[in-house]
Amino acid sequence: MHHPETLAVYCRGLTKTFGAGEMQVQALRGVDLEVHPGELLMLVGPSGCGKTTLISIIAGILHQDGGECILYGQDLRQFSKNERVVHRGQNVGFVFQLFNLVPTLTVAENTAIPLLINGLKMAEALARAKECLQEIGLKGREDSLPTQLSGGQQQRVAIARALVHNPRLVVCDEPTSALDHQTGRRVLEVLKSLAVSQDRALIIVTHDARIFEFADRIAHMDDGRIVDIKTNNRH
Amino acid sequence: MLSIALKMLFGDRGKYLGIITGIALASLIMIQQPGILISILSHTYSFISDINLPDIWVMDPKVKFIEDSKPLLDTQLYQVRGVQGVEWAMPLYKGQQRVRLDNGETVGSIVIGLDDATLIGGPAVMLQGRLADLRLPDSVIVNEDGASGRLAKPAATPGGKSIPLKIGDVLEINDKRATVVGIARGTPTFQSQPILYTTYTRAENYALSERKLLSFILVKAKAGESPEAVARRISRQTGLAAYTAEEFKDKSLEYFLNNTNILVNFGFVVIIGFIVGAAVTGQIFYNFTLDNLRYFGVYKAMGTTDRLLLRMIMLQALIVGFIGFGLGAGICGVFAAATLHSNDLTMHLNWQLLLGSGTAVLLIVVLAALFSIRKVLKLEPAEVFKG
Repeated sequence: MHHPETLAVYCRGLTKTFGAGEMQVQALRGVDLEVHPGELLMLVGPSGCGKTTLISIIAGILHQDGGECILYGQDLRQFSKNERVVHRGQNVGFVFQLFNLVPTLTVAENTAIPLLINGLKMAEALARAKECLQEIGLKGREDSLPTQLSGGQQQRVAIARALVHNPRLVVCDEPTSALDHQTGRRVLEVLKSLAVSQDRALIIVTHDARIFEFADRIAHMDDGRIVDIKTNNRH
Repeated sequence: MLSIALKMLFGDRGKYLGIITGIALASLIMIQQPGILISILSHTYSFISDINLPDIWVMDPKVKFIEDSKPLLDTQLYQVRGVQGVEWAMPLYKGQQRVRLDNGETVGSIVIGLDDATLIGGPAVMLQGRLADLRLPDSVIVNEDGASGRLAKPAATPGGKSIPLKIGDVLEINDKRATVVGIARGTPTFQSQPILYTTYTRAENYALSERKLLSFILVKAKAGESPEAVARRISRQTGLAAYTAEEFKDKSLEYFLNNTNILVNFGFVVIIGFIVGAAVTGQIFYNFTLDNLRYFGVYKAMGTTDRLLLRMIMLQALIVGFIGFGLGAGICGVFAAATLHSNDLTMHLNWQLLLGSGTAVLLIVVLAALFSIRKVLKLEPAEVFKG
């Protein structure tokens, strides 16, 4: 067992219930999970098994009912609401299933949003966003609108947005489900090459078995529990 | 992030223009209607404003407003002249007479009789002729609106334009000859009746059936004397009502407001304008926020504080409010400038009106923003994972 301080994510006995009475749904029933810095962990399992609830708690956008969740040695429950928001802005990057790029903003402006949230001036944020877009292979598309890009390019913009502020944890929710197989693979290649580093961990929720090969470990969830964690044999 | 909020706003051109149009229309109604009301109300005391020489107006105590003439005795003019602090006191006749035109038609007009010697109370701006020409036999001066309007001569050909009165034209007042010797500028009266200026003595001649003719006594206070104090002194010593020009304007205005439904009618339109403006603007702005709710959720998840989100939405609301109000007020300004010298519908713009309507627009956009903010603040950031 590793010490929580040395881990990117340390969860013990996490529980979460939604609703009340007959409508009550127990989404998490005592989840234990450890994610190491530099690791790409995939969370897989059937719909409704609690994957999204788990990454929401890990990312700090949802409160657990019980158990503990420690991110790089910091228990988010000790933070005030505002501190938690600021912590999230500085330390967590998000990649969403439907990209969630603002259609009225250019690619560079969309990418710059986490930097603006963290207080950078627009000019500086745009400059850094453009560097990040160049790294991700979107040089020359900085001033395009999201609707002028293909699905794969839009997801790459979303990845650039998730990484531009250099977060220590990136959570991705079904990042390839809206993409065809080839595009999905290319997006994962980009994600793996740029996002994974010694001081950053990636958690990807997915149903897409075609991208399992990119994972360092795969955690199987069912009925609110992690039932199995496998290390990927490709290494 | 505030510039991002503005880009989101301007980027959704359809909704942006819809909100701006809603606010501009609401502003237009809220400025234009009271502006017209102020203009109409100012006509109720325009006669007092146009005669700017006297400080004090003296009249029968039962007079309620400027059009309400209850004649005084000539001897009361001398009583007023004897009051301490009075520099001078001059008689003024103001009465209704039927004026007969060339074609036999008669037009109800206001005849003003001025002190024969000084002509005090005469029009300030002469467009044609001279005020002193009133000393010529049978002379009258006609106001511009009357000369080109109800007293104008019929067109030479059917359907043609009527011919405005000019110097030398002759009218009849109570079968007495009246020769036009001048055309003067003056604010139209509330009833838009023509105004004919003549001397007090000639007015007596025109109004033979009336036993008493002295409608008002115009008084100038001596230098160093407060007009209010002199007015109170005149009232005390003569038993007549004496008001400063401002007090008499207020009294006339108050009478019109209390005895007509004009304020209620215009106020109703203004309230409708406010409600429709608030409903349209609020609805479109709320829809705009709902359309962007997903992105606000993304911003929340990414670490945007509630305070910053509140500032973003409030900025969007204030910007559309500012631009919409600017457009509405601008259109009203153009309308006011275009009708400045019109004889018909005019509009007065003043800073109080702009401040009031601006505050109402601010209220509209803040209310619209509050509904939207409430929705955004209640949004759980975890919702963004629900697709």
